[in-house]
Amino acid sequence: MDFLEFLLTPLSYAFIQRGLLAALMVGVLCSVIGCYVVLRSMAFLGDAMAHAVLPGVAVAYLLGRNLTLGALAAALVVALGVGLFSRRGMIKEDTAIGVLFAAALSLGVVLISSIRTYAVDLSHILFGNVLGVSSLDLWLTAIIGGLILVSLLVFYRQFLVISFDPVMAATLRIRVGLFNNLLLVLLALTIVISMQTVGVGLVAAMLVTPAATAFLLVRRLPTMMLLSGLIGGFSSLVGLFASYHLNVASGAAIVLTTTLIFLVVFLFAPGRGLVWDLARRYAT
Amino acid sequence: MDNSHETQVPAASLPEEPARLEVEQVKVSYNGQLALDDLTFQVAHGARLAVVGPNAAGKTTLFKALVGLLHLKEGRILIHGQPLGHHQDCVAYVPQREEVDWRFPVTVFDVVMMGRFGQQGWLLRRPGSSDRDAVMESLDQLGILDLADRPIGELSGGQQQRAFLARALAQEPHILLMDEPFTGVDFTTQETTLDLLEHLQSQQVTAMVSTHDLTLASERFDRVLLLNKRMVAYGTPQEVFTPQNLSRAFGSQVLFLDGVAVVDQCCPPEEEIE
Repeated sequence: MDFLEFLLTPLSYAFIQRGLLAALMVGVLCSVIGCYVVLRSMAFLGDAMAHAVLPGVAVAYLLGRNLTLGALAAALVVALGVGLFSRRGMIKEDTAIGVLFAAALSLGVVLISSIRTYAVDLSHILFGNVLGVSSLDLWLTAIIGGLILVSLLVFYRQFLVISFDPVMAATLRIRVGLFNNLLLVLLALTIVISMQTVGVGLVAAMLVTPAATAFLLVRRLPTMMLLSGLIGGFSSLVGLFASYHLNVASGAAIVLTTTLIFLVVFLFAPGRGLVWDLARRYAT
Repeated sequence: MDNSHETQVPAASLPEEPARLEVEQVKVSYNGQLALDDLTFQVAHGARLAVVGPNAAGKTTLFKALVGLLHLKEGRILIHGQPLGHHQDCVAYVPQREEVDWRFPVTVFDVVMMGRFGQQGWLLRRPGSSDRDAVMESLDQLGILDLADRPIGELSGGQQQRAFLARALAQEPHILLMDEPFTGVDFTTQETTLDLLEHLQSQQVTAMVSTHDLTLASERFDRVLLLNKRMVAYGTPQEVFTPQNLSRAFGSQVLFLDGVAVVDQCCPPEEEIE
């Protein structure tokens, strides 16, 4: 089988075309907003928000409401809950996240396993079902994703200052709390629209791994975001092709692709990589 | 906004001038404990004020209250006679070294440009050439123009501090707050910092600097605020640094050797507020 055939065969199916587009958009989006997740040490919070989606979907289903809105509301409730639990230093933030994260996941499993008539497989929420993406899903992803990217661009300076130096942000009369919350909302939206592509179990990896890879390679935030987006988009495409040809789960294939890129960079990044470091030590 | 800071008359000769900064009966609590209690003082235009006190005396808390980051339990803070939040951006803050994430992907230029954000307006305005000029001028004044494109994390401690001083300068502040700028820096940086304070004083900028170095505070500042949750003393160094005041502020940490007060402080970073 030649390379062109390797690329084009899957593309002859409309559902694969849709899946590919969805994966590409989600990959880029997660990786760009993921730069803030990495720089602000929010990886664990992102994971907790993602798992909170599970009971959100179940509750929305029981109430007969829109599943996406349910997922979004649940992610935000957990983010705000973490803020509430850890406020005033009563318990540390990672402890608060740990408590809520496990609770949300358990609640989700309990609810979903008790709904006998529930049509959607639990594994589709956990690990994604990228080949089941409808045209409507695709439009929704494009519109919400576009809004998120535009928000990140318009409020770039605010997000930069509240992340790098919150005290200075206060002297500049930036409303630090407001923008912290806005970032959480954008993160929750990103997680919800990633649900179908990589699933809530793996979205945290897409939020962290491409951004961490870019962090090792460049030294300015705009270039980090650009490179991270490229790595995320590339991983999504490669992962999806791999999942088609190897017949494995697409979300996992995408995450493993980006992890592979991370490992290569971690070892060989010019000036910072492990191999570079060892060579320097050996040389002196 | 009042423009009287452009006059070159020393603040001391203008007693009728409204104070630039007024702190009135301020109480701030943190973690359910009172971190600042009933603090009242005024700072004139162009004063150089050293804030001195033992660890956890509330120095960082005071600064964070002054920039509006902490809620006041009681009392009020006035800048130019107006409550916090009712005036233009005119306070610049140089953070403690421990508070900065030095791995953050920003260059020296990026850091100093943040000082211009207040002047730029916040929506969809790209930095203009006047901003760029102001950044370059500040970098030049602190002798780090050639480091503009270097990542902030690759600089030496002294250079990093100068980058933050350049940022404060680019902000064109009326009040400059510096948290422990003399801790863990080399002599050159210390002198550069003090020279800059002198330069800013000639432009009637008010500076408040927290320090552990009592000698520096008494020799290079014209006002001292001695703090230990409450105000112990406030005035000229001669008025403030009396054995009685030092004992009240530092307790058993202070020793008197041949009439010279020695304060035993190993100055670990203050663990007050995230």
